[in-house]
Amino acid sequence: MMRASIAGDEGAYRRLLEDLGRSVRGMARAAFARAGTGDADIEDAVQETLLAIHLKRHTWDAGQPLAPWVYAIARHKVVDTLRRRGRRRIEPLENFEEFLAAPEAEDPHALSDARKLLETLAPRQRDIVTSISLDGQSIAATAKRLKMSEVAVRVALHRALKSLGAAWRRSIG
Amino acid sequence: MRTSELIAALSADPIPEPIRLGRRIAVALVIGLVGALAIYALICGPRPHFDEWLRTVRFDLKFVDSFAFALPALLLTLRLARPDARPRALALWLIAPLVLLAASVVGELIVVPRDEWLSRLVGQNSMFCMMAIPLMAAPILAALMVALRAGAPLHPALTGALAGAASAGLSALLYASHCPDDSPLFVATWYPLATLICVGVGALAGQRFLAW
Repeated sequence: MMRASIAGDEGAYRRLLEDLGRSVRGMARAAFARAGTGDADIEDAVQETLLAIHLKRHTWDAGQPLAPWVYAIARHKVVDTLRRRGRRRIEPLENFEEFLAAPEAEDPHALSDARKLLETLAPRQRDIVTSISLDGQSIAATAKRLKMSEVAVRVALHRALKSLGAAWRRSIG
Repeated sequence: MRTSELIAALSADPIPEPIRLGRRIAVALVIGLVGALAIYALICGPRPHFDEWLRTVRFDLKFVDSFAFALPALLLTLRLARPDARPRALALWLIAPLVLLAASVVGELIVVPRDEWLSRLVGQNSMFCMMAIPLMAAPILAALMVALRAGAPLHPALTGALAGAASAGLSALLYASHCPDDSPLFVATWYPLATLICVGVGALAGQRFLAW
């Protein structure tokens, strides 16, 4: 599915991210429980992982299995999130494949710091991200509303996602 | 922001021309080497009677050693740039140049009389060696760093340090053709010191620029 996604199948990519998001959430929940921290930042870890998967998807070698790659990124990001909360270490998790098999549902009320980070984006970028993500508009509709070309919207969205990643990294500090 | 909303934004993000990490690093290497060669032409150049010296064992050993160090360091850097890297077996190859170097030092100690040891170790050119190797490594390291930013290393400082080691190895390969000191005693002392400088710079740069 990752191969189809990288080849440009938007629907497949979306389903893949949803699946991975659920798996990563299960893993993050286990890691947070083991570290003895509350559930508050789990969604942050999930979102950071998904963003990192997205921005670094070219580092996955199509000849290799996907699970270890996703797990390495997820672990990296979960550790970051826990560290931000002042926790130093988590135990390694050996059975990531099980989480892949047993995905968890997203808590519909879970919001994250991403909204705060959105404030740090340039207004135009923020507008584009909000209209596509929060309001569920298509690229075409957004382009029409902002009187931009579709390509320009896509470029701006890509830049916005990259700076979102950078803002997250800075907030680790 | 809810995760489902983030996913909507991510999947709407265009899937660009896939980045080929290996190719990027290869291009960076070429650019870096051109830079190193330019510095080489500017400050050293091959030493006189280069081809005659090529027939001496000590002279040739310098190239073998530098190459045996640069190659595994470079391959390791490339591998560590991916988050699911399993570098263990490859890392063992870094021991090979050290063993080779140690063996050549022992050989030198056997064939050279004791009172010449120190003068061979100090050589004629140690300070220039310490300066030239890092200087020629700099463009290689810089180019590698830019390319590696597309990677996702779990250990940014370590990856940077290895990029520094690789750049030092390649730089030493060039420098060896200039350096008038061929004794393994000299090589085993000053080349590693110069390499350590590059490794340190690489580690700092890695920590700073390769975190993601």
